[in-house]
Amino acid sequence: MNTPQIQEDEQTHIDAFNARISSGKTIEPKDWMPQKYRKQLLRMMSQHAHSEVVGMLPEGNWLTRAPSLMRKAVLLAKIQDEAGHGLYIYSGAETLGTDRAEMIDQLLTGKAKYASIFNYPTLNWADMGAVGWLVDGAAIVNQTALAKCSYGPYSRAMIRICKEENFHSKQGYQIMAHMMRGTKEQREMAQDAVNRFWWPVLMMFGPSDADSPNSDDLMKWKVKLYSNDDLRQRFIDRTVPQAEAIGVKIPDDKLKWNPTTRHYEFGEINFDELKSVITGNGPCNKLRMKQRNDAHKNGAWVREAAVAYAEKKSKA
Amino acid sequence: MSTKENWPAWEVFTQQKNGAPHEHAGNVHAPDAEMALLNARDVYGRRQEAINIWVVPSVAITASTPEDMGPFFDPGNDKMYRWPNYYKTPEGIKQI
Ligand SMILES: [Fe+2]
Ligand SMILES: [Fe+2]
Repeated sequence: MNTPQIQEDEQTHIDAFNARISSGKTIEPKDWMPQKYRKQLLRMMSQHAHSEVVGMLPEGNWLTRAPSLMRKAVLLAKIQDEAGHGLYIYSGAETLGTDRAEMIDQLLTGKAKYASIFNYPTLNWADMGAVGWLVDGAAIVNQTALAKCSYGPYSRAMIRICKEENFHSKQGYQIMAHMMRGTKEQREMAQDAVNRFWWPVLMMFGPSDADSPNSDDLMKWKVKLYSNDDLRQRFIDRTVPQAEAIGVKIPDDKLKWNPTTRHYEFGEINFDELKSVITGNGPCNKLRMKQRNDAHKNGAWVREAAVAYAEKKSKA
Repeated sequence: MSTKENWPAWEVFTQQKNGAPHEHAGNVHAPDAEMALLNARDVYGRRQEAINIWVVPSVAITASTPEDMGPFFDPGNDKMYRWPNYYKTPEGIKQI
């Protein structure tokens, strides 16, 4: 039924919602929100949570082969943080009305997306440096912006996460800096890692603004405060000097500082590659899904034991 | 066991230092309180953010609703005499 009265009530809700957004107040789980806002947020937050979880896999690849006990401990701590990030965001997303178990099921059955970057392989130890420095560096730029987003639970999860991300990118940068001071082979490994990761990392910010279908609504609702291209530019501007400081070359002939705009100009991004990786054809999409499903299956006994123990105690 | 089994949620409150109040940190899923406490320690206390943790079943929390907001909190709005600066003190009196 769609009587004028119902339409009028609906309009009152919409007006109140828009007023909250424009006054900079957060939207909280029990507040009225448009269906589309809820849906878009749930899509974004669950994809973000999945990315944290799948992001543990390329780094997990090097845990048993870290070059020292200290590096291993650091990598382990970083990966544990990522599990926590997944958890914070899943719990934020649950406030929109979908169970975590449901979201995890969507990931395991291949229905959900996660960040395209994790579908690239980690081929040598320097990749742990490149991932921490560049991938987590890009994540910081994204997440710092999201920390100001209009949905309270998402914003609070981001604030918590941002505190931990600085450790991630710093330990990665330190690995790179260390290798760049090392032997010729080590310098080559570091450069090779940057050559492979640079462009996929730039793609993490998503399609260019002209080609970003959901952006308008998300910006209007202050879920996104900056466009994909703005954030990408911000990342490039802060990262290039870091590369110069350790002597690693950014693999882009067109990269140059523009003193007038006070930004770096850069070459063209191959967005066809992004599309292809997102739609399942990256180098490691199938491997990541298999690894994630195996991990879930192999951990089943732990979950079963926890339930059995809880039941036993409740009867005692 | 189905992949979709969802353990109950527990709200986590952490005390950051001696004498400080417990504050809401977030939540965890766990089959029972003991596991919830262990999970909460791993998730919300990895960097010395907590010296004490409470976990409370999320379903046990009753909250005011946003629709209530106006009328529910109204009684506090029009009683300025509850604040000390409502009262004027005679000139020259520095301490009261
Ligand atoms: Fe993370
Ligand atoms: Fe990270």
